Amino acid sequence: MPAVKQTVEHVESLEKYKHGFVTEVAQEFAPKGLNEDIVRFISAKKDEPEWMLEWRLDAYRRWLELEEPTWAKVNFPRIDYQDSYYYAAPKTGEGPKSLDEVDPEILETYKKLGIPLREQEVLAGVTGAPKYAVDAVFDSVSVVTTFKKELAEAGVIFCSMSEAIREHPELVKKYLGTVVPTSDNYYACLNAAVFSDGSFVYVPPGVRCPMELSTYFRINAENSGQFERTLIIADAGAYVSYLEGCTAPMRDENQLHAAVVELVVLDDAEIKYSTVQNWYPGDPETGKGGIYNFVTKRADCRGARSKVSWTQVETGSSVTWKYPSCVLRGDESVGEFYSIAITNGRQQADTGTKMIHLGRNTRSRIISKGISAGKSSNTYRGLVSAHPKAKGARNFTQCDSLLIGKQCAAHTVPYIEARNGQAVFEHEATTTRLSEDQLFYVMQRGLSQEEAVQLLVNGFVKDVLQELPMEFAVEAQKLVAISLEGSVG
Amino acid sequence: MLKIENLHAAVEDKEIIKGLTLEVPAGEVHAIMGPNGAGKSTLSYVLTGREGYEVTEGSATLDGEDLLALDPNERAARGLFLSFQYPLEIPGVPALTFIRTALNAQRKARGEPEVTAPEFLKLARSAATSLKMDFDMLKRALNVGFSGGEKKRMEILQMAMLQPRFLILDETDSGLDIDALRIVSEGVNALRSPERSMLVITHYQRLLDYIKPDRVHVLAGGRIVASGGPELALELEREGYDKYARAA
Repeated sequence: MPAVKQTVEHVESLEKYKHGFVTEVAQEFAPKGLNEDIVRFISAKKDEPEWMLEWRLDAYRRWLELEEPTWAKVNFPRIDYQDSYYYAAPKTGEGPKSLDEVDPEILETYKKLGIPLREQEVLAGVTGAPKYAVDAVFDSVSVVTTFKKELAEAGVIFCSMSEAIREHPELVKKYLGTVVPTSDNYYACLNAAVFSDGSFVYVPPGVRCPMELSTYFRINAENSGQFERTLIIADAGAYVSYLEGCTAPMRDENQLHAAVVELVVLDDAEIKYSTVQNWYPGDPETGKGGIYNFVTKRADCRGARSKVSWTQVETGSSVTWKYPSCVLRGDESVGEFYSIAITNGRQQADTGTKMIHLGRNTRSRIISKGISAGKSSNTYRGLVSAHPKAKGARNFTQCDSLLIGKQCAAHTVPYIEARNGQAVFEHEATTTRLSEDQLFYVMQRGLSQEEAVQLLVNGFVKDVLQELPMEFAVEAQKLVAISLEGSVG
Repeated sequence: MLKIENLHAAVEDKEIIKGLTLEVPAGEVHAIMGPNGAGKSTLSYVLTGREGYEVTEGSATLDGEDLLALDPNERAARGLFLSFQYPLEIPGVPALTFIRTALNAQRKARGEPEVTAPEFLKLARSAATSLKMDFDMLKRALNVGFSGGEKKRMEILQMAMLQPRFLILDETDSGLDIDALRIVSEGVNALRSPERSMLVITHYQRLLDYIKPDRVHVLAGGRIVASGGPELALELEREGYDKYARAA
């Protein structure tokens, strides 16, 4: 109830894309273009060990052999991979050790985005204040990670990927690339070669991570791509909830974001992974600019009774290509996917999930809510498969599309493969247009057209919103409202 | 209170209301009766500002203020309420959330403070009790899976909570059994006051046994063709609309 009100108030105070500003900080770039030397440059910048460099070079050579996928229902001009910077970092010399060493301009940036890193630390002493450990990634590098000490006491490792490679090579070597192999797909392979930073989490056996972990990704530099790589390992019986948020300035040219996220879940462990993606969507009229969000996210439920839950709110980016997936290897493992994907203006999204049932009695659940407005196109693409050994596999899929206006499109492309006779898959799908009757009814009760749309849309996405952690749910609700501004009339 | 003069309105370029004049003074209940296709529902949509209902001539004012210049939500904030013939389902939005959002939007537009949570709940409980509705029903998504009668009751509940000044009841009796009709009518009658007026649109005299009108008007061919006291409704019940339909 208050959330609706908040949404309404928030919208009134907002511009179209409020994260569209640019931060002026001294930055350091790798030379433009991509070749083995650039890969070496990135690796050297990060002070990486030889094995890591070899891993990158191997990926780079494989990438040269691969072709860009074309099966998704999206259209965009060919990307010139030589016309981009693959490394951009704020100039700070050595990585900052604490918040005091971080460029104040950058702290200000996060504050503007509503992520007060400093306050988070100060609040740490206040009882009852919610705690979120934050890893802030600015262009190619992680600028600061909060609450490290407190997490360390619980045995949880939460740091930037660069730091993990230096400090915890045994864990990185053991798990990196085991969920998403380097040559998995074109963008994942590119990421393996040039990934700059990202977050690393390890939760030891039996530990319930004492706070929510979150990473805020910010693309700031011009002409640069962002390639972060995240690796999260929940050891036997561990639990962690992880959130990521993304924003970028408004720029006329397109920027590539090709991230990889790998989740490893061992026996009885659980990872809850939530995303609120709000990259710059491009100009709503001309479609100029915006982020290409080509992301590979996969969870490997290796252990028996392990569980992964992906929740995503996708509102930004000009083109989205993203299928957070679960490989349900362990017997009785569980995969969940809750998604709200909103496209407006000229945005195109092709997103969904894959639930690969390998183990016995594995279960999965997919709730997808797609909303298309303006002249956008929104495709749900999902695969549910059961292998011969996955006896007793169960899936439930609910896939709903809502159309606002008459020039948008929604598509649903489900792939279902049951390779044994004991798997039970259910699929339900609906497509509805926001009805004039409903809008008028709500407006007759006192809501403006914009407020009426928000109320109806909030109702439509409610099942997914309630899967998000509280703090994020409110933020997500606001985002939903902002994304649909001006979508009617 | 409500004053309509020489109103002409069209839907998709087809004129439906053709020079309608009507005045409802404060505190009075007026019934509008008429055959199918006379323009009864069109009149309610024109007054509340539904898109696609174009006024081509004439005026409609509420306490002297030009209604036709206002958006639907602004008219609602001025106290205009339409009880729909077919109330809409709003999936995922609990009735309580819906009503509170509406109430606060109206209050905000009038420059009044928002209703507090305890105040609101008290209001909701008492409205539910007087309409003999299970309070748990208000926690469910508005009208989703409700029966026709439940939806109508929900309309009256919203009315009781929003406290409008001018009520339009569009075929509120349709789909109601005799018990529900009585409860709904009692709910409406409880709202009668010297400051509040009502326009009751109905086919049948039956509803008017419960909600007693001060005046009855016959709408046919887009115009008021006859007006009178409650006895006019009884006459219509006996003799039908034929002579008026022909006159129009």
